[in-house]
Parts: sequence; C-alpha cells; structure tokens
Amino acid sequence: MKLLEYEAKEIFKTFGIAVPSTGGVIRDANDIDAALKKAGDGPWVLKAQVLAGGRGKGGGVKLAKTEAEAREIAEKMVGMQLVTHQTDAKGLKVEEVLVDQASDIAREIYFSVVMDRKSGMPTIIASAEGGIEIEVLAHEKPEVILKMPVDPDRGLEPYQGRRLAFDLNIPQKQIGAFVKMASRLVQVFLKLDASLVEVNPLILTPEDELIALDGKMVTDDNALFRQKELAARRDPEISELEREAKKTGLSYIGLDGNIGCMVNGAGLAMGTMDTVSLAGGSPANFLDVGGGANEEQVTKALKIILRDSKVKAVLVNIFGGIMRCDTIANGVIAAAKAVDLKLPLIVRLEGTNVKEGKALLQDSGIKMEQADSLWEAAQKAVAAAGESK
Amino acid sequence: MGSRAEGSRGRWGIQMSILLDKNSRMVVSGITGSAGSFHAEQCLKYGKGIVAGATPGKGGQTHLGVPVFNTVHEAVKNEGVDSALIFVPPPFAADAMLEAADAGVKLIITITEGVPVLDMARVKKDLQRRNAAGQTVRLVGPNCPGIITPGQIKAGIMPGYIHKADGPIGLVSRSGTLTYEAVWQLTQRGIGQSTVIGIGGDPIAGSTHIDILRLFEEDEATKAVVLIGEIGGTAEEEAAEFAKNHMSKPVFAFIAGKTAPPGRTMGHAGAIIEGGSGGHADKVAALEANGVTVVENLSEIGKTVEEKFMGAAQAA
Repeated sequence: MKLLEYEAKEIFKTFGIAVPSTGGVIRDANDIDAALKKAGDGPWVLKAQVLAGGRGKGGGVKLAKTEAEAREIAEKMVGMQLVTHQTDAKGLKVEEVLVDQASDIAREIYFSVVMDRKSGMPTIIASAEGGIEIEVLAHEKPEVILKMPVDPDRGLEPYQGRRLAFDLNIPQKQIGAFVKMASRLVQVFLKLDASLVEVNPLILTPEDELIALDGKMVTDDNALFRQKELAARRDPEISELEREAKKTGLSYIGLDGNIGCMVNGAGLAMGTMDTVSLAGGSPANFLDVGGGANEEQVTKALKIILRDSKVKAVLVNIFGGIMRCDTIANGVIAAAKAVDLKLPLIVRLEGTNVKEGKALLQDSGIKMEQADSLWEAAQKAVAAAGESK
Repeated sequence: MGSRAEGSRGRWGIQMSILLDKNSRMVVSGITGSAGSFHAEQCLKYGKGIVAGATPGKGGQTHLGVPVFNTVHEAVKNEGVDSALIFVPPPFAADAMLEAADAGVKLIITITEGVPVLDMARVKKDLQRRNAAGQTVRLVGPNCPGIITPGQIKAGIMPGYIHKADGPIGLVSRSGTLTYEAVWQLTQRGIGQSTVIGIGGDPIAGSTHIDILRLFEEDEATKAVVLIGEIGGTAEEEAAEFAKNHMSKPVFAFIAGKTAPPGRTMGHAGAIIEGGSGGHADKVAALEANGVTVVENLSEIGKTVEEKFMGAAQAA
C-alpha cells in the first residue's frame, strides 16, 4: 500500500525526523485560513496529495506568498483533476491539499531505502543531486547514485551513515545530524515493514538545517497483520470494487478492456490477460480466485466482474489441480444462476476430472461456450465481446 | 560447472534429478494444520518421502502414518530427515525456516504465501551466514507450489497426475497454476519432465532462476529447460545472461504480464513493474538477446518445445 506525502511525513515526525512546519491537509478550500495559521508565517507551499510523481509540473505544487494567493490556489487545487506523466489523461482527483510552510532551499539531496531483491537486503539509495526523479537520474547520471546495503536486524551502522554523509558532501557540522536522520529513516523502513521509504528532496537550508521536504512510503502488504495502525488506513490507490474484492479474499485489479477474466492463480491470471490481448481483445480485469477455487469464491468473483459495466463477455480459465474440475464446474453453474448471467460466458477447464466437469457444464442448461485450450477460449471470448457490443 | 565424473551426485550432494528424489527424507512443518495435513496426504499418495512431521506441542503423536515431533531437531535426530516442507502460516513461517536451517536440513521448501518481505531478508541473511560457514542449506520459496520429480517424489501442492515421469524437460517457474498449464501441455504431447520447481512469486526468494538453471545444467536427466517468469524484478534478465554464459542446454521461456499495468501488484507480491524496471518487454528482449527461445503465446509452450527441441533431438 502506498501512503500519501502527508501521511509519510507524519510518520517521519514521530521518528524524530525533521519535516517542514505544517498546517496539515485541507479537504475544503474554506479551511485554508486555519491551515495557514497553523503552519506559521508565510510564504507557504500548497501540495496536491495524490499518488503520482511529477506533481509540480502538473500544477499540483504551488508557492503562495500571501494569504490571498494561498486562498486562490486552494480554491483551484481542491477538487482539480491533476494530470502528470505518471497518471492517465484523465488524471487523479485532488481530494486533499497539504499546506506546509515554505522552506529555503540551499541544496537538494535524494535519499531512499528500498528492499533490494537481488541481495535480499534493505538498501539505501542516495544522491547529492536530489529533486529530480531517481529513474531519470539513474538513466542520465548513474554515476552519481550511491547504494548501501543495511543489515535488516541491526539497521544503519554509524560508520555507514558517516560514509554516506561524506560522499554526499554534507557540511562538516551537520554530519552528526545527517547520520541520525539517515538512521531514523532506516528505522521507519524496518519498524513499519516498508518496501520503500523515499525523501526527495531531503534539503539543506541556507542555515544548514536538514529537512525532509517530501515523503513517500510503500508498505509491505504481507506484513499488515503485525502493522495494525497501517492496516487500518484506507489504501488511496485502489478502487471501491478492488477494495470490496479484497475483503472477500479475491485479488482483483480493474483494467480498461471489455473481457472479464476469472482465473485461478496470479501467474495464470496474467497469462490469460496476455492471451486475450494476443487474440485481439482487451481484458477488463486481473482476477485471481485463488488456488483452491470453490463454489463460493467463483460466485463472488463473477459478481465482482459483472459490476464493471464495460464487461461484454466473461472468460473463465481454471486449471483444476487439487480442486477438481467437477467441483469447479458446479461452482460456475451455481454462480451463473445466482447472478442470472446474460453476457456470453466462455469456460475453459483443465485438470483433474475435466471430463466430468465439462459434462456438468454441458448439461447445466446455462448458455456458454466451452473451449479445450486457453487460446481457443481467448479467441471465442474476443469474438463474443465483439458481437455483443 | 560441476563435472560429469561426479556421476549422479551434484555439488549439493543430492541425487539427480535435481534436489529431490525417491531417497529424500522430508519433515513437514505444520503437518497437523489443515493445509499441511491435506497436502502432506496428497504427497504421500504420490510417493514416499515424508517421514516425519513437526508441530510444537504435538510431539509423540502419529499423523498420516508418520511420527510427529515437537521440533525439527528431533525429527532430524530420530528420522534422519534431510529436507523440510513448510506449511506454517505467514506470521510463523520465517521462524520455521530458521528452525529447519538450524536443525541442519539441506533443503527447505516453503509453500506459505504472504510471508513479510523483511522476514525473508532476515532468513536469507541467516542462510547465507550458514552456507559461508560451511553448512549446506538451500531454500526454495516462499509462496511457491514446491518441487516434484515426476514418478518419484512430490513435495508441494501441485497436482501430481499432470506430470509425466522420466522426461528430458526441467521446468522452473515463479508461478503455480501457470506451471501446471505448461507441464500439462508437455505431458499431453508425451514429453516428460525431469524435475519441476516453483521458486515462488515473492520479491525475495530463497532460490532464483539462476540457482535452478545451474542445477538443471548439471543434471544428466535434464536435456532442456522451460523457464516461466513474470513481470517484476530483474531475475529473468539475470537468468538470460546466465543461460548464455553457462548453459549448454536449450532454454525456452514464457514471461507473464505483458498486459499488466505498471505500479500495481498483480497478485504475487513480487509481480509489480516499479521505477521503470521489471517490465515485460525488457525481460523478453534480454532473453532473446541471450539465445533463449521466448514463447509469446502461453498456449504454445508444449508445441514450441516439441517442434524446436524434441524435433531437433530426434533429427540429431
């Protein structure tokens, strides 16, 4: 789950990491005066709280020198559709705007902690050239990026922090403060089971103060069972439908196409989407009903798929392993009856008891097409979705 | 590369086919839990191999005809187990892996899905420390279907009957049901498998594609390899380079997730395109540039292997 900037910075603050003086977030432009007052003297910076990079260029980060200017910006920003290079053409609706006291910037540094898959170690990525996106920097100037693995049990050792500080040209008298801040950011990563903690930029003010000006965090969903406070937060990225699917134990992601896909297993679900696309169609969703797809799960999954009004045909691709095909067939039949399915249904079953499963589907009286291979199923689904447009 | 003079024993001291065979002696951690019990029974129906179970507090009982011990250490001492199959729920899975490693088993297979990534970082560090100190311990998983050497032993949750024994194809995959799909296509064409290994869909895995490719290269029974990958990370790119530099056997690959949107986790915790890396196109390009045959259509894995490998093998 990704956290918004202000959420990440609130967490940083509880770990003793310096962040700008803030008036908090406003959800209504009328609340701007109170927020400005809370943030302290101007100028202020107003920042759209959406999960996308490139907010500045898209008009989602604005400096306000006066209260009147701040009010004007707030009125425009709250509720706007923010389009950046990381969003689609529609953009993201700005529900919340963060009001921070503006900071004087002498230098911008990039700092993050990620989980490096290859080494299996939490790793600090840092660069003296902050402020731009790390992907861009990695592409254009890979030589200015520093990497330092961190022990997952011990955290950042002081000597590691000092090495980083010297390599980043931190002013002599702030070395200690930097080591403390870096070590605390690593603690945020370790204590909260993050998969990313990013500060870009981490700034030095003209007075050589170190401040985390921006903040980004991604948490490890696998660890939410022991991160109760994070688990209680609402994931801002996922849609209502995705949230509902998650509650019922289904892994569902909405896409733009018109062929609803129901598959068991994440890899096969992706493979099915790819096959639909290869056959000339477009998948409406990713949906993994789980390895042991039973009647109840299949019914829930079908209901979720049909809530998407773009769906013109439904493709069910189940590889019956431990769960037998006859059991799955009964699930599909019950689900189709339960939702009174009107759309074309294409079913491809394979695996244990496949003959019995296919016979059950055949004799069910429910209108559907069966396919022997995934390729055949995908072609039939594409044809059906085309016809029912 | 290991020398062929070693005969049927590879550098890990485990008889070929790779990692597991009919002489393996396994303990199941979590054998009395519902998933552990169900799948251990299926494994026992397929072949021998499971000789003990471990559940704290249930020592002294017999379950599915095998003795249950309180600790893996007792199972090692009393039953001479050399491998552990783990079905313990996510909050306790890392502890179970650390226990198995400490008890001295050579191979740990973790089926459990949903283990915190930081826990895996800690487990990986522990295993690296042990291996550096001279112990031999390998982890496969977590979040994987396990390992099967068809006709000999099944250690995992895959349906046994879809496999065909004594075949030339080694298969390594990050996905479960996608593997079954590929195996089934091979079996239906009469092409058997030497060993099929699921390495799991998590960001930090005990074994990578490269680790398994190395074993397949050394394995005499394996004549060609099918590698199934998916978006996320760079394991496939690294495997591609390894295949070119260190493998004499042909490698076929399928990569899932061509249509996956960036920034979203596609079911598997590790299946996410992030920060401009882990995308489908990069993986396919790296594999093809290194001489791996990439199958574009998932339904044609079996067909491609038959035409390009079996056909060529017959002609030779």
